[in-house]
Amino acid sequence: MDVVNEILGNSSKESNKYKPVTVKKHLELEYDLGTLLAVDPNDFNIDLYSKNPNEYFLNLARDNTQLLLNKLWELPTERVEEAVMVKLPPPKTALPRMKPVPKPRPLTKWQKFAKEKGIQKKKKPKLSWDDQLKKWVPLYGFKKAKAEKEKNWVLEVPQNADPNEDQFNKKLVAKTENVSKNDLQRLRNIAKNKNIKVPRFGTSNPEVSSAKDLKAAITIAKASTASLGKFQDKLHKEVEAKGVSAITPGASRKRKMTPLEPENKLNMNIVESILNKKPRLDVDKAVAKQLQTNTFVENSQQKQGTSKGSQKIKNKTNKKPKGSKGHRAGKKGGGRKRR
Amino acid sequence: MKRLSEERTKILFEKLAKYIGPNIKQLIERPDAIYCFREQKDRVYYVSEPILKMATTIHPDNLISVGTCFGKFTKSGKFKLHITALNYLAPYAQCKIWIKSSAEQQFLYGNNVSKAGLGRISENCEKYQGVVVFSMSDLPLGFGVAARSTTECKSADPLAVVCFHQSDIGEYIRSEEDLL
Repeated sequence: MDVVNEILGNSSKESNKYKPVTVKKHLELEYDLGTLLAVDPNDFNIDLYSKNPNEYFLNLARDNTQLLLNKLWELPTERVEEAVMVKLPPPKTALPRMKPVPKPRPLTKWQKFAKEKGIQKKKKPKLSWDDQLKKWVPLYGFKKAKAEKEKNWVLEVPQNADPNEDQFNKKLVAKTENVSKNDLQRLRNIAKNKNIKVPRFGTSNPEVSSAKDLKAAITIAKASTASLGKFQDKLHKEVEAKGVSAITPGASRKRKMTPLEPENKLNMNIVESILNKKPRLDVDKAVAKQLQTNTFVENSQQKQGTSKGSQKIKNKTNKKPKGSKGHRAGKKGGGRKRR
Repeated sequence: MKRLSEERTKILFEKLAKYIGPNIKQLIERPDAIYCFREQKDRVYYVSEPILKMATTIHPDNLISVGTCFGKFTKSGKFKLHITALNYLAPYAQCKIWIKSSAEQQFLYGNNVSKAGLGRISENCEKYQGVVVFSMSDLPLGFGVAARSTTECKSADPLAVVCFHQSDIGEYIRSEEDLL
């Protein structure tokens, strides 16, 4: 019996060392086991706190932790490699994230355009059947390159091309040109998204540059003479490129000073220059004028003729003969001529 | 409101010269006040100096019109006269056409003038010259381009077009919102 008493005494001693597992609270704690959170809604004991704040907090924390652990033990447990495991339910409390939400990746120029226009990307199949080679060819990769090589063993020389030109080399150059253009555009997109100003460069290959680029090239090339393009003739309907003043020799982006002369004087000069333009010989106009004078002369001759009484000249006019003309002798001579 | 560039002034005057010839000088140098041409949103306004000064107090975005709108520069750089310019074109016109009262309505609905509707035409009118169209009671109705010279008109058949329509006072109603 002594042994039993001793063991019991030991265990009670042992248990006295620890605080009890059960904790009494006025109000139930609120648990969120998913995040291992327990919220104590009970009143704060100011008396105990003022006596010994550290001890009070320690006890409170222990009690609440005990309750939380009790709750955890209520969950179904399983044993994995001699460790007791509990599967936590999904968390109820929404926690704010530590870092800001990542920004969506900025769209490239093409993506932006496609979005505006509603252009959707079509998915291309990874393998496609090649009728010529009678086998499946991948979209890209070394097998594709091999297939291309196999397929394009001979190339047609275009009708108006130089016969000595190497068509294979031309194709290769076009390809590398396209690749480098894509790379340039990629870099340009990066620069644009990071707000870096990219210096302008001239035009690249004329075969891949746009009309706008070519127009800019013309404007710059024309200004690139010793006299800054002052004596360069203008083409019919030629339009100068805009926004290239930074790289055009002699051009300034500054607004030109308004001339000191009064405005109406300047306008007068322009009007004079327009009005004093030498008229170019317009055949139609000249013929019309000649016709007019001829008819005038004819008319006057006719008038003279009628006063003399000759009938021959009268019939020469291209006027419709009127039936009653012969009888109306009364009005001859005076009065306005009516048409 | 900005001054017209030299290039644009030239285009404007070339257009005006088609209608009023050397009388443009009278528009520029007037005895009553200083008048000038100003440009805003590609539209050309003919304004007297005192009114222009008053207009500077208004923000250009809020300014709808100042003085008389003469027309506008198209996107391709040409100048198009508006019917509002008729007040200045009519008294100075070089070549005039008077149309019969029966053809008036046809013209005011935007149709060309045919020989049948032609009442009177001023002498020495050239082909494709700008003409101002009047009613028989000397009321300016609009303007256009002579399709035939005066001599050609005499021998034309009655259905032939004499004057191509460009603008008429019916536009004040037809295209009210486009005028400004």
